[in-house]
Amino acid sequence: MRLAYTPEQIAFRAEVRAWMQAHVPATPLEHYDATRAGFEAHRAWEATLKSADWGMVTWPVEYGGRGLDLIQWLIFEEEYYRAGAPGRVNQNGIFLFGPTLMEFGSPEQKARFLPPMASGAEIWAQAWSEPQAGSDLAGIRATARRDGDDYVLNGHKIWSSRAVFADWAFGLFREPGSERHKGTSLIVFPLTAPGVTRNPIRKINGHVGFAEILLEDVRVPAFNRIGDDGQGWHICMATAGFERGLMLRSPARYQVAAGALAALWQARKSGADISGSSEIYPLDPALEADVIRAHINADAYALSIYQTASRLIAGAKIGPEASTNKIFWSEMDIHLHRTALAILGPEAELIVPPGAHDWLDDYIFSLAGPIYAGSNEIQRNIIAERMLGLPR
Amino acid sequence: MDFTLSDEQLMVAAAARTLLSDICGPDHWHRLMHDGRAFDPARWAALVENGLTAVLMPETAGGMGLAELDFALVAIEAGYAALPEPLTDSAGVAMPMLAQLAPGHALLADPAAIIALAPAINPWVAAADVASAIMVERDGRALLVRRDDATLTPVETIDPLRRLFRLEFARAEDLGPADWDLALDRAALFAAAQGLGLAQRSVDLAVAYARDRMQFGKPIGSYQAVKHHLASAQVGIEFARPVVIAAAADCPSRDIYARARISEAKLVALDAADSAARAAIQVHGAMGYSWEVDVHLFLKRALALTNAWGTPHFHRQRVAARVFTRPTGPDTTFARDPLENETPHA
Repeated sequence: MRLAYTPEQIAFRAEVRAWMQAHVPATPLEHYDATRAGFEAHRAWEATLKSADWGMVTWPVEYGGRGLDLIQWLIFEEEYYRAGAPGRVNQNGIFLFGPTLMEFGSPEQKARFLPPMASGAEIWAQAWSEPQAGSDLAGIRATARRDGDDYVLNGHKIWSSRAVFADWAFGLFREPGSERHKGTSLIVFPLTAPGVTRNPIRKINGHVGFAEILLEDVRVPAFNRIGDDGQGWHICMATAGFERGLMLRSPARYQVAAGALAALWQARKSGADISGSSEIYPLDPALEADVIRAHINADAYALSIYQTASRLIAGAKIGPEASTNKIFWSEMDIHLHRTALAILGPEAELIVPPGAHDWLDDYIFSLAGPIYAGSNEIQRNIIAERMLGLPR
Repeated sequence: MDFTLSDEQLMVAAAARTLLSDICGPDHWHRLMHDGRAFDPARWAALVENGLTAVLMPETAGGMGLAELDFALVAIEAGYAALPEPLTDSAGVAMPMLAQLAPGHALLADPAAIIALAPAINPWVAAADVASAIMVERDGRALLVRRDDATLTPVETIDPLRRLFRLEFARAEDLGPADWDLALDRAALFAAAQGLGLAQRSVDLAVAYARDRMQFGKPIGSYQAVKHHLASAQVGIEFARPVVIAAAADCPSRDIYARARISEAKLVALDAADSAARAAIQVHGAMGYSWEVDVHLFLKRALALTNAWGTPHFHRQRVAARVFTRPTGPDTTFARDPLENETPHA
């Protein structure tokens, strides 16, 4: 137990901080889910990151990363969020499909897909859910029929984040006639392939960031199957482990937000007008307890991730307790933003001007947290069955 | 940066758990309650014999000279066992305090001695009836009141394995200015650690019940509504534990960050204990509302410890002092106050 950074870790933080200060765009980019221009601006940012090898810091050097350990990853993320750097448009690739490919892909597949993923040349979307298969993912109906050296894909995928503008998707398909967990394969396909139709779905914040994907006789080479024939379910569960585990949501994100919340509270309490509005209304003093709670939650989450990172570095494997992470960060995120809106009072509903802290949009976004990446109900089932040993 | 416990620390925790499961289980609780007592001299002797009272004592006083983190691991197990004896107050706070204030004091020669604590922040004195002496906070000084010089008036508490007293005394030994801030920090930290143990025991009791209890032809633990109560309680524990461990490891720093984290630990761990106990009662159904099922012990201990050694409001204010007067943000998780850090206390 040593809760202090080494001189090397301190120097690494300084290196990241300096680079971020020099390179993070001064004005925030338009959201990648809002428009094609916003999406492309974020793709360009990925290339900028890659140009200094800051794109995939935890990836092995041979795949374009720096091979950093998880403590260094945390330091990197802390400086990334501290600098207000743009969101990672390719996070489906970087944190989900990339690690999946490294574990299950062939050397040729890694060589084909990882470098353009690292540079942002190819942005990835996930194509798992279907209209009839959400939490019950084994109910998917989309098929991959083997035809010589090709697969022919058919089906209807939905709720695919980034899919409106992304280049590639990794999808779960089944052999025609197979049932449930059997006969499934993980197959990647270009979202621009003939037979692929992408229909944007408008989210409650007005953005079009996710899509349904219709596949009609989409032909891809058998090379595009990751892992063995029929191994799709197993691989997807491994990917879901990454998703629920460490990397989906950095603690730094919430620590920055909790700090901003404390600043908002202090500014409002002192009567300072930080929003440009001249409206005066009384603050509820009881909200301070929630501001403090938000800080404590963010601190607890950070400490938990440091603890997990230390354990993994010491050789432990991530287990079903990863499901507790997703519940904790998603619920803390909602609490934090509800507190912010309560402080803003009558201003909470106002659309904020570009560049201002958008508590409202972040609040709306937080509401998705308990739903995506496996709903919190599913996570609680996993905790109850696999951590606590309750019967199925 | 290394957030892992050493093998020695894991062994200390495992040994404490094994010992306490042998000497402080349901049969022992029931016997004490039946006899109307909250102290078992034989158990206290076993705790002493196995070194659990020596963990934080300096080696010069015959102790092991270990740190708060090591003792916190023992305190977690004390919570898991709903230990009635005042191990944390006496061996975690009072005896080390005496060793620091009066290194040659006669009480230090008796490893089985118990000292109860009367800090300004607590209105009543816990376990004063079984103590050799009571350490009283008075204007920043420590007064040591021998049991024979104390008049104790019982104050009834709902926790059947805890005793509280109003203290009056005519005579006391003045030990001089004392570090009551450290006493508060340690006691709050060990209350937090006990909270983790209380919480986990509540969940474990409810899980065992939910696996056995059949309704509609199935174990009730197979129903999602039951699962989700217990999963939520476990989430609370999982995210309280690293705060308690970090607070324990930070405790020696003595700065505003360390104090805030101890307060965070007390808030989240006892919150987890309260939530877990209520979930466990709900999962047990009507049985959970009965004296026969032991979950009520954990509910009541959580209630007591939530408000002992600083109420939630008190501890929130200590966190607020850190949040509003020091930098926040992701690079401050392990921040230290260089000024206060090196300042020796009274």
